[in-house]
Amino acid sequence: MDWNTMLSYDWGAMMPEFIILGTTMALSILDLFWPVHFNRRKLAWLALTGIILAGLSLVSLFSFETVSILSDTFRLDSFAKAFKLLLLIGAGLIILLAEGYEPKEGLREHRGEFYYLFLTALLGAMIMSSSGDLITLFVGLELLSLSSYILVGIRKRDRIANEASMKYVINGGISTAITLFGMSYLYGVTGSVNLGEMSRTMAGMTDGQLQYIMGLAFFMVFVGLSFKIAAAPFHMWAPDVYEGAPTPVAAFLSVISKMAGFVILLRIFLSLFLTAPGDAFGALDFLEKNDGYIASMAGLTIIIGNVVALRQQNLKRLFAYSSIAHAGYLLVAVATLGGGYFLVDTIWYYLLAYVLMNIGVFAVIQLLSSHSGSDDIGMLAGLGRKSPFLAVAFTIYILSLAGIPGTTGFIGKLNIFLGTFITQPGHFVLAGIMIAGTIVSYVYYFGLLVQVFFRPVHSDKVLKIRSGVSAVLIICAIGTVLLGVVPNIAFDFIHEQFGDFTDFISSK
Amino acid sequence: MNAYLLSLLVFSPLLGIVMVALMPKNEERTIKQFGFFGTLPPLFLSFFLCSQYYSGMALSSFSMKVDWIRFGNLEMYDPKLFTVNFELGLDGLSLIFLLLTTIISSLAALASIYIKQGWKGYYLLFLILEIGMLGVFTAENLILFFIFFEMTLIPAFFLIGRWGSLEREKASYHFLIYNGIGSAILLVAILILFARTGTTNIAALTQMMTMGGVSLFAPISGSMKYGLCLAFLIAFAIKLPVFPFHSWMVRVHAEAPPAIVMIHAGVLLKIGAYGIIRFGMGIFPEQYKSLAFVIVLMGVISFLYGALLAMVQTDFKLVLAYSSISHMGIVMMGLGALNEAGLQGAIFQVISHGLIAAMLFFLVGALSERTGTVLLPRLGGLARSMPIFSGFMLACGLASLGLPGMSGFISEFMVFLGLFKSQPLLAAIGVIGLVLTAVYILRAIMQMTFGKNDSLVEKEKRDLKSWEFVPVWVLLGLIISIGVYPNLLGGPLQGTIEAMMLALGGR
Repeated sequence: MDWNTMLSYDWGAMMPEFIILGTTMALSILDLFWPVHFNRRKLAWLALTGIILAGLSLVSLFSFETVSILSDTFRLDSFAKAFKLLLLIGAGLIILLAEGYEPKEGLREHRGEFYYLFLTALLGAMIMSSSGDLITLFVGLELLSLSSYILVGIRKRDRIANEASMKYVINGGISTAITLFGMSYLYGVTGSVNLGEMSRTMAGMTDGQLQYIMGLAFFMVFVGLSFKIAAAPFHMWAPDVYEGAPTPVAAFLSVISKMAGFVILLRIFLSLFLTAPGDAFGALDFLEKNDGYIASMAGLTIIIGNVVALRQQNLKRLFAYSSIAHAGYLLVAVATLGGGYFLVDTIWYYLLAYVLMNIGVFAVIQLLSSHSGSDDIGMLAGLGRKSPFLAVAFTIYILSLAGIPGTTGFIGKLNIFLGTFITQPGHFVLAGIMIAGTIVSYVYYFGLLVQVFFRPVHSDKVLKIRSGVSAVLIICAIGTVLLGVVPNIAFDFIHEQFGDFTDFISSK
Repeated sequence: MNAYLLSLLVFSPLLGIVMVALMPKNEERTIKQFGFFGTLPPLFLSFFLCSQYYSGMALSSFSMKVDWIRFGNLEMYDPKLFTVNFELGLDGLSLIFLLLTTIISSLAALASIYIKQGWKGYYLLFLILEIGMLGVFTAENLILFFIFFEMTLIPAFFLIGRWGSLEREKASYHFLIYNGIGSAILLVAILILFARTGTTNIAALTQMMTMGGVSLFAPISGSMKYGLCLAFLIAFAIKLPVFPFHSWMVRVHAEAPPAIVMIHAGVLLKIGAYGIIRFGMGIFPEQYKSLAFVIVLMGVISFLYGALLAMVQTDFKLVLAYSSISHMGIVMMGLGALNEAGLQGAIFQVISHGLIAAMLFFLVGALSERTGTVLLPRLGGLARSMPIFSGFMLACGLASLGLPGMSGFISEFMVFLGLFKSQPLLAAIGVIGLVLTAVYILRAIMQMTFGKNDSLVEKEKRDLKSWEFVPVWVLLGLIISIGVYPNLLGGPLQGTIEAMMLALGGR
């Protein structure tokens, strides 16, 4: 590859990534040379500016046709654009959260690192969403994972944080290894790492033996990635890690990292396994034939997430299990392939809803836990009396998580259900599990609201809300209600900007 | 103008919400006034609608439709596919329910004067609840119906759990979980219909299911239709509630604040009957017909079971709660009769019980405000200390047991008229319930009014105050006018009932 080929690439397609990279570097240099007594909190605004600029440049790329550069390893298709937008929205909100984060033992000396590690993690997720081959996917995945390992343990004097970080590194390492192992099979069978080429090779693969190996590879990749999205039975790390991690990082893990997990899952599955034949006759697609695995995992995830959440007394652990349950709902869409009509946009919309409602919840948790010094459910007691604004915002997020009409969570679930019912014979069992899980979730979600509204206040200390955090609270609350009442804003947006994701689905 | 009248009506409580929200939370008097005034715009608008109807305007001219949500991107097949419009509309049936809602809401807002604390939150939730109820009866498609349906669930949960009596949180949880299960079943049924047909418009679905129509993706098989019909029935039977889905409702009646029970017994339970008529009977007439025996059986069991349990209760609220279950049994019996008289009787019973229950619970609220208890053994001799109250109580009790000249009589008469035609055996068994009803109501009311113990009522807080006459007179007036001139309801209902009978195969 010579200089001229390098120059001939359409580098503009990578603009958002470059901006994030540049911001990261600027942040790390500033952090290095700034005198110790300067407050590193201000760096958050720089990071936020970077994210906003990246978002703007991404929006300006919407009109571009699909671009594929660096010998097809980096693709900017509608899928990448759509999910990068979500990633940036989520990241921007979480940076605002992090700006207002004040743990007991302080984060003074690490706050700078906090921001630029955060951005590198974001960069990893963005690369994953537009990678065209397994290597870039893996690089993105590792960049995301390594950064988040450090982020989890950044409160290095905290015992629980240390434990969490350790658990996360080990579990994450195992999962990455398994994913890589699966990928190596894929490479071995198809002889390429480029997703497009691989899918072409696989489409003609009718040999039963090879299909068996593909099945193994599918299984390995899926298992490895289910660690990332915290799907049962590979969810064990999530509650411990969420509990130990700083609250904005927990929000990051439950929102951005999970989203990235779904991005890579969809990229691999839709580009490789959707068109590959599932048996020697080619009567069934590979994914159709094997969706039972995904379906059973989805069911298990919903059940475990919701049932175990019932007994949690620690808010962060509770929302870890709630987040597991939501991963299960999303997996339902993957397992049923959205009935063929409700897949990518369903998952996109649900993740958007999830960004808004979950970051909102974590904002409330962060505020209250730094206020009361514990993560116990009891800290919500009397919130309705103490701060009606916060209580109403929290109620909106909770109602949305529970899937009550008028919120994004409801419309998101509706979409998933449509996908499960539209085909014959319909995935009624899965839908039944999802409904049952939702009912069970009412118990613990409304239990939180009972604390907020029915229980007396413990302390009369006034809550201080930093402007950044209140901005997050307001954006999330308004977004949750607005997109729940007029969801067509979001639907029209994705349909107009990204069509049916046809350039992604039919790109093999 | 007409096109926006309905949405104006449904969302008019928002005005009250804004006014209440702007008040500082300690302004008890103003908040209560604003909360009450907030229920007046829908009341007047519904009266206006009614007067328009009686002056000869077609109800269909009030329908409105705005593009709202489009799911998926299936434009290449049909741009109308998987769209949910914001569409509201009226027919005779919904008009009657709408009036019931607005009247009882206003009276319950008046009765909420007894609320002791947290007025602001109370009235905010109350008005949201009213929007939900108004929406349920005017929604023209299933998704919209469901959204409004759930919108009644959440405020009611908080209203019961925050302002109820001792065991309120348990009651509100029971309410939430049972109704949550009901609405989950409902949602699944709605979404299967939506996914398979691509529309949720009630009229379009009714046509598709009865006349047959094209299904784009996977068709709805005959057995699935049974399943869906059954799902609708169960979902609404939980809401109604009939035996064996009733246990949550007893708790709610016993624990919720009386003003909320007025709404709950008066309107919320009626959503169940409305749903069965509109969706069970309307969309799946064939399947509904073959399930009629089960429906009647459930009705008879509820009727007798509720009456028997009401006879042994010592808490007057529980007597009324079981009496509600029993009366909802009559509704089910009427709905299962599959003929005009039965259906008409069932709807009459719904309305009549709404009015009677609201009145009884208003009186219960007034009583517990004065005495602090509604336990029958501790009450007695009220006729001496509170003669006017006791008079109204007796009148209302007589209406409830179906005295001729009151609304309860008309409805029971019609239901049994219809039922004896189609299911004589079950009807004969059911008639026993009428006797039991008379027994338990007279027992409870006699105990209260003429029993021995009259020490509980303090002298200075004795009888009904001037404002308390408003709800009782209005309700009693309606009960008697329906009883004397049933065509008040019969007129608007005629069209709907005829359409239903046509779908069910005549008679």
